[in-house]
Amino acid sequence: MTTLDLSPAPGAAPLARMVLAQAGAEVRATLRNGEQLLLTLIIPILLLVGFSKAPFLDVAGPKVDFVAPGVIALAVLSTAFTGQAIATGFERRYGVLKRLGATPLSRTGLMLAKTTAVIVVELLQIAVLVLVALALGWSPHGNPLTVLLLVILGTAAFSGLGLLMAGTLRAEATLAGANLVYLLLLALGGVVLPITAFPEGIRPLLEILPITALTDGLRSTLTGVGGFPIGAALVLLSWAVLALAAAARWFRWE
Amino acid sequence: MESAAVEVRDLVKRYGRVTAIDHLDLRCRRGEVTAVLGPNGAGKTSAIEICEGFRTFDAGSVHVLGLTPDDPALKPRIGIMLQSGGTPQAARAGEWLRLVSRFHRNPLDPRALLERLGLAEHARTPYRRLSGGQQQRLGLAAAVVGRPELVFLDEPTAGLDPQARHACWDMVRELRAAGVSVVLTTHHMDEAEKLSDHVVIIDRGRVVAEGSPAELTGAERQLRFRARPGLNLDELLSALPPGSAAKESPAGHYIIEGHVDPSLLATVTAWCATEGVTTEDLSIERRTLEDVFLELTGRELR
Repeated sequence: MTTLDLSPAPGAAPLARMVLAQAGAEVRATLRNGEQLLLTLIIPILLLVGFSKAPFLDVAGPKVDFVAPGVIALAVLSTAFTGQAIATGFERRYGVLKRLGATPLSRTGLMLAKTTAVIVVELLQIAVLVLVALALGWSPHGNPLTVLLLVILGTAAFSGLGLLMAGTLRAEATLAGANLVYLLLLALGGVVLPITAFPEGIRPLLEILPITALTDGLRSTLTGVGGFPIGAALVLLSWAVLALAAAARWFRWE
Repeated sequence: MESAAVEVRDLVKRYGRVTAIDHLDLRCRRGEVTAVLGPNGAGKTSAIEICEGFRTFDAGSVHVLGLTPDDPALKPRIGIMLQSGGTPQAARAGEWLRLVSRFHRNPLDPRALLERLGLAEHARTPYRRLSGGQQQRLGLAAAVVGRPELVFLDEPTAGLDPQARHACWDMVRELRAAGVSVVLTTHHMDEAEKLSDHVVIIDRGRVVAEGSPAELTGAERQLRFRARPGLNLDELLSALPPGSAAKESPAGHYIIEGHVDPSLLATVTAWCATEGVTTEDLSIERRTLEDVFLELTGRELR
């Protein structure tokens, strides 16, 4: 039998070590989850390749220039919103959030870890999508810092919405709802279909969706047509503030 | 003076109009194993989870290692095992334990701990594919990996096979020997009797009895025997010293309580002889904790 020194020697690890350990565990869990990979990588890649070659897509300039920013926005949506909502919903359901709450990792630490994990997965997704897009002849323009800012704002907005859902609904409802929202926003948010394809009457509504703002902002920046997309940034900022405040207010840990 | 491991005074917890904990006082000393017993719904888990900081309470005071349960400084010093859940379904056993160990400054070696609890060969098995007993042992491992001063175990052996139960008992004994305070809830009276220094019996949110197992079971002894059912116990009682009690439960099983000494034994056997009754399995026993428990909390199902 192994001898273990069970005598008390308590103490919390440094915050950074706890956050990195938790973030690492969350990244591993995401990359191992087959259904998640379908939403985060496989569907965006298929859409990127498919719509860049699609004869029916009617946009000005090379199609890949239109599609690539859209699938980058979709990648952010899939990880910050759908993936995070489902994972957190089930963590809540199985008492994992409760159990972690009894460890030295604080709730702030847990949120930092979740955000870190989301950003790491997004970077991996974006790296893969950029490589595929470049292979398809994509030539991105614009200020990388603007892209970074939009991605951060989009991540904040989608994380807020995802956590709001995970913290208030049953895990099964979150699973169904998060997938449904993913599909709806994919279809309606100008990801691969320009919103000019929709009736004029509902367009103002579509334009204030966070996915539309992220897609438009990235598209105008990366095609190098406009200046700083102030409108898109403001829409995303509003969503981020509202959703994170609502999540902070209504999130139930158990 | 060093503060108690757990010091609960006049605790009240209500869920809507139901009072789950009704002016409960609980004191668990440092370095001891305290077992909290009680029927389902007695308030055990509520009380433990209030101490662990998971639930709020309506009145009274709670101190754990001298701190209030919501004090962040308490978290590293306690280890907990939930009654169920708490582990991600897809997490591999070894990875989960390593993760929890990384939250602590001086953790035990997760691999040695897995080995110690017979989980080494399941280190790469996802949690949901572990057996119930393996999941419980992983929960126990996660509770102790941070080398806490105080461990809360909520029904740690529920649903365990005998081997796993003994492994858990050994761990509790080792913790105690190492100076760790342990508070556990259980439905197994033998477990409480074997492991604990102090037993607290809770019913309807209040303490109905407490003391060491020996104090609770008392010096009182019982005479037990089997015979044909339906003996006239009133007649037997009239032959016994005043203060004795006799009951038949279940049919054909007799228990005589009172001052059990050689003369009482002689009286009973003599009475049986005159009645032409052959006794079987005649024995003198101390009351068990289970007897005490049922006496205090009743036999009706809830």
